[in-house]
Amino acid sequence: MTVQLVVLPVLMLFLFVFVFGNQLGHGLGVPLAGGHTSRAGYLNYVVPGILLLTIAAAVQGTAIVVAMDMTGGIIDRFRTMGIARAAFLTSHVLASLTQVLTSIVVVLGVSFALGFRSTANPLGWLAAIGVLLLFAFGLIWLATALGLAARSVETASNTPIFIVLLVFLGSGFVPASTMPEGIRQFASWQPFTPVTETIRGLLTGTHLGANAIAAISWSVCIAIVSYLWAAHLYKTRQPR
Amino acid sequence: MTDARQPAIIAKGLCKSFGEVKVLVDVDLSVPEGTVFALLGPNGAGKTTVVRILSTLISADAGTASVAGHDVVRDSDGVRTTIGVTGQFSALDELLTGEENLRLMADLNHLGPAAGRSRVAELLDRFELAEAARRPVATHSGGMKRRLDLAMTLVGTPTVIFLDEPTTGLDPRSRRMMWTIIRDLVAGGVTIFLTTQYLEEADQLADRVAVLDQGKLVAEGSPDELKRRIPGAHVQLQFAQPQDLESAARLLGTGSQDSARLTLHIPTSGEVSSLRRLLDQIDDARIVASQVSIHTPDLDDVFFAVTGHSASKDGAST
Repeated sequence: MTVQLVVLPVLMLFLFVFVFGNQLGHGLGVPLAGGHTSRAGYLNYVVPGILLLTIAAAVQGTAIVVAMDMTGGIIDRFRTMGIARAAFLTSHVLASLTQVLTSIVVVLGVSFALGFRSTANPLGWLAAIGVLLLFAFGLIWLATALGLAARSVETASNTPIFIVLLVFLGSGFVPASTMPEGIRQFASWQPFTPVTETIRGLLTGTHLGANAIAAISWSVCIAIVSYLWAAHLYKTRQPR
Repeated sequence: MTDARQPAIIAKGLCKSFGEVKVLVDVDLSVPEGTVFALLGPNGAGKTTVVRILSTLISADAGTASVAGHDVVRDSDGVRTTIGVTGQFSALDELLTGEENLRLMADLNHLGPAAGRSRVAELLDRFELAEAARRPVATHSGGMKRRLDLAMTLVGTPTVIFLDEPTTGLDPRSRRMMWTIIRDLVAGGVTIFLTTQYLEEADQLADRVAVLDQGKLVAEGSPDELKRRIPGAHVQLQFAQPQDLESAARLLGTGSQDSARLTLHIPTSGEVSSLRRLLDQIDDARIVASQVSIHTPDLDDVFFAVTGHSASKDGAST
């Protein structure tokens, strides 16, 4: 499972850098530092987007495993054992968070191997990883709730796809300002854009602005609302 | 903790409805410690609902229940630390191996690394799962999954064990093996509450049997008491001509005849000699019977005897 979840973002990284990279790099007119080609410039631009895609792919896995446990018999076993009620949900969240962290490290490793260069100091790195994990934490709770709400594993694997779509409908791969009217407004208001811009700012030194505050607020809000939803579903939903 | 004379499971007046459907109506149960109690009934009788209430998964609409002295509602945590539940649907993590599933249970029961390892090894060995222990559960056969499921229940050494249809869908060999395991558990002092659709299973294992029909307890007693309420075995003779049926009925003087289906039911002890005598009698009188079959009592007969209707015909499903 973990391997699958890492492979997808790495493949996307290759796809965007080597297949679209040259053209997108030119088209975006990304600032080219020290003799970098457009492809290398685009690599630097797209890494934050790929990191968010990594998270989006990982939380899809969360929804699936939660639904698998809920639709199988094992949830009944846990519920009839002398273990804390909350343990089932919190352990899923912790496991997913670990998975996300692992995937992020792998994706960053591949990015560096391909030529990604960061301007961030250790503190900036720490902040970037922190923002990513906080956002992932919120999305994992959301996916947990979606997994609990799903009547079947198939549903649980489909509903979180909108999270993956949001990565593309943000500034992960191309700037929101290049998008047509309507989509542009949506892109600049949805949570993935400020998070992407925050990571981009922290890692590659682009302008941060109010993005960091927006990113953290969005993450905390998603986490709280999703947690409450998940806790409610867990209490009220009878398996099967 | 529990007084030796106190029942391990007591339920009084349990009622449960799902929407408009009344699943349980005023069910009383009492299971003495260290015995096997079988809840017998067809699909949809409410057996699983009883297990789910007693194992704290759902709450009853009315009535009270306690397990090992703990109230299932007010002290559900107390109940959970003493019980083990093996449900109808396998409660395994299919992605893990058999050994990993057991280790998970050992960790959740806080057995500690050394004690956990030895307990897991012991259970794998006892349930003949050691060979496949390192393969993912998804590759296990139905019988193996059921055994692993029960092994997982036993990791925490529960004193009251609920088994919801432990042998449904198992082949005869796996079923016998499950029975042996259950007998060994009871010999070790554990109380077992099992549900089953099979009269034979209840007969083989249980000290007491209760028959559940459409949410109501319709009979309770030891297997022998219950069987006394069932008509014994009978021979069924099938005739091709109505006049043959008439003459056979006159000749034999016993049994009940079904003129529409042209059959005659004659009570029998099941002995070969009596069957031979019966057939000779018919043969000597030159009556032609087209078919003969011997019918031994089954769940359907129990149901017919205690409820007046067949077990397989009621469709309400939980």
